[in-house]
Amino acid sequence: MKLDASGLQTFAPHRADPDNLYPDLSAPPSFDLPGCPDFDGFQKKAIQMVKPAKGTTTLAFIFNEGVIVAADSRASMGGYISSQTVKKIIEINPYMIGTMAGGAADCQFWHRNLGIKCRLHELANKRRISVTGASKLLANILYSYRGMGLSVGTMIAGWDETGPALYYVDSEGGRLKGKRFSVGSGSPYAYGVLDSGYRSDLSIEEAAELARRAIYHATFRDGASGGVASVYHVGPNGWKKLSGDDVGELHYKYYPVVPAIVEHEMADAPPA
Amino acid sequence: MALRGDWVYENNGGTCVAIAGADYTVVAADTRLSVGYSIYTREFSKICTLADKCVLASSGFQGDMKALQKNLCARHLIYQHQQNKKMSCPAMAQHLSNTLYYKRFFPYYTFNILGGLDNEGKGCVYTYDAVGSYERVGYSCQGTGGTLIMPVLDNQLKSPSPLLLAARDAVTPLSESEAVDLVKDVFASATERDIYTGDKLEIIIVNAAGIRREFIDLRKD
Repeated sequence: MKLDASGLQTFAPHRADPDNLYPDLSAPPSFDLPGCPDFDGFQKKAIQMVKPAKGTTTLAFIFNEGVIVAADSRASMGGYISSQTVKKIIEINPYMIGTMAGGAADCQFWHRNLGIKCRLHELANKRRISVTGASKLLANILYSYRGMGLSVGTMIAGWDETGPALYYVDSEGGRLKGKRFSVGSGSPYAYGVLDSGYRSDLSIEEAAELARRAIYHATFRDGASGGVASVYHVGPNGWKKLSGDDVGELHYKYYPVVPAIVEHEMADAPPA
Repeated sequence: MALRGDWVYENNGGTCVAIAGADYTVVAADTRLSVGYSIYTREFSKICTLADKCVLASSGFQGDMKALQKNLCARHLIYQHQQNKKMSCPAMAQHLSNTLYYKRFFPYYTFNILGGLDNEGKGCVYTYDAVGSYERVGYSCQGTGGTLIMPVLDNQLKSPSPLLLAARDAVTPLSESEAVDLVKDVFASATERDIYTGDKLEIIIVNAAGIRREFIDLRKD
């Protein structure tokens, strides 16, 4: 099986091995494959055994003032919460961010790879890559690994010469341009809040609060989402992190505990 | 007995823990190697010192652990020849992540923790899943006893999340000797309830003075 490893190739020539002393280590990076007849069965069993970290709620939407991107921070390995402090909003470069949903290792690796390719594009073409271009680079790589078990559901959000842009890219090879997306196990809950509160003329503060509330509600109902709700804004000057709030504290902020009004209070019995 | 065919993995058990402090890191692992209900050996080290400020502890399948350690040591040697310096812990952390991900379709069945000192001399711990997703944390545990130990570490060491925007101070309050005592206590507890953990505990302490090693006996049953 010949895999498309163009995503792994750097363009820099490998340093200082003219005598080919380390042929294996200077070879271009490629993925090792198990040499077994039932590749799909092996992948299924390997993934079940290894239980890579997954699970999430992420959302992003475009409005008049730019793009708002928000995510939770929980990673689960099967039923075990492996981390409550995962960075799911990945800063590709100062004006473009990506979100992580699905396999944590898959998203981290391919986003880092995308950042490298975007930088190489800048150096080769003396101008920044567009969000359209960046999302296409990622989508093409993921399409070439289609069917091999990668799990990536990501949104690329940025501000380029055409204004704010938002693309959804996934490991099935799908790539969609849109104005409003939510991805992950908690996305149905986030969509409910996001769709009912969305207006294109929201101010930045109102939009951030809408995103925060949507993430909070998703973490409330979805067991695989939780931790800290982070909200980013992408404007003409690049992205900025607006807030990071623990969802446990957000709960009591939105629904403060009201001490119950007690009609008749039972006093302690007097000591005998 | 494990069925062969195209299933080549085996879980040899064991637990590893690491705690990062202000100017030290403690990395510890038990020394038992098991298969099913049998113990192969009580004297197997799961810890490998990759660089003078960087220590790797892994648990999982012993064959992959050894292969991974050898791979990383060899790459570190080449790095030293090419760059004329030793790899820093953050650099090794990203390199380990890439090494694990390049075997995404035929994974290393190892659960790793990398501990050491970062470029400023502060303790750092990086925790990994089997295919390379990683995160810098203040403490971590992996392996068969990991789910037993993690709640205790959370209770003792948990600090405000680094993702909070009104950033809150997140220094691990423990001194080096308190951290070592905590590690001994959690392993004693994990040994009581996990059949794959026990025999001996190997503790490595990395600080500005270098790397120090201690061995403590655990229950052998």
